Amino acid sequence: MSTVTTPGSVTASRGPSKPRFGGTLYRGREGMWSWVAHRITGVLTFFFLFAHVLDTALVRVSPESYDTVIATYKNPFVNLMEIGLVGAVLFHALNGLRVIAVDFWSKGPRLQRQMLWIIVAVWAVVMIPGAFFMFKHSFEVVFGSK
Amino acid sequence: MTNLLEAPRSPQRRTRGRTNTELYAWLFMRVSGVLLVVLVLGHLFIMNILDGGVQRINFGFVAGRWASPFWQVWDLLMLWLAQIHGTNGLRTIINDYTRKDQTRFWLKMALYTASALVIALGTLVIFTFDPNIH
Repeated sequence: MSTVTTPGSVTASRGPSKPRFGGTLYRGREGMWSWVAHRITGVLTFFFLFAHVLDTALVRVSPESYDTVIATYKNPFVNLMEIGLVGAVLFHALNGLRVIAVDFWSKGPRLQRQMLWIIVAVWAVVMIPGAFFMFKHSFEVVFGSK
Repeated sequence: MTNLLEAPRSPQRRTRGRTNTELYAWLFMRVSGVLLVVLVLGHLFIMNILDGGVQRINFGFVAGRWASPFWQVWDLLMLWLAQIHGTNGLRTIINDYTRKDQTRFWLKMALYTASALVIALGTLVIFTFDPNIH
């Protein structure tokens, strides 16, 4: 029971017809998919954190070994994965705040769907310039101006 | 004669011997989650976006940051909260998807071992960092 957001086993019907469980939570649709995305982004972040603590621990070995491993993070391909990681963490953070609002705010359960689209919009507004600045250097490397 | 049947809606016996661990775990996810929004998003912004992002990170950069107790405390808090938050998340996922008791037990043991190692290693590195290691 430590997750609040267990989806129902019944998926709401699609299309223009009204969902069978209209108004209730986590029966397919946005509520369930945000729950799925929350799990996936959480697991991804967990495994990255494991690797990240190990790579940072190299500062205790030698400056050279740390700098060698950190150099792999500066590769354009890994740089793309970093953007994916930031996107995953940002979604997890925003959706986590939404889950808290659903749990503790009296209007939260009723507005859960609207809140999802709000956090998706915030995510996009942050990620577009964020991805630009994160990939700027790699772009210059790949396309030759550096 | 004593009543052998309890009155309807009397407190259930199964609550005896049970703890509130799951409640505290649930609450911890929310409290640590709010703190991590600030700690982790701040960390990601500084490390990946601000001032050249990941391209400027090297040993000297880390040494400069950990010269300040503020960032040491920031990173230590982030490490502990994120690792415990993630461990509890994975514990939930293991509980949800494993079918055999044995599988569940060993997956959780692997999880707890890995988490304890990460927390111990990370804490050790933050506390024993030496900028003049060479």
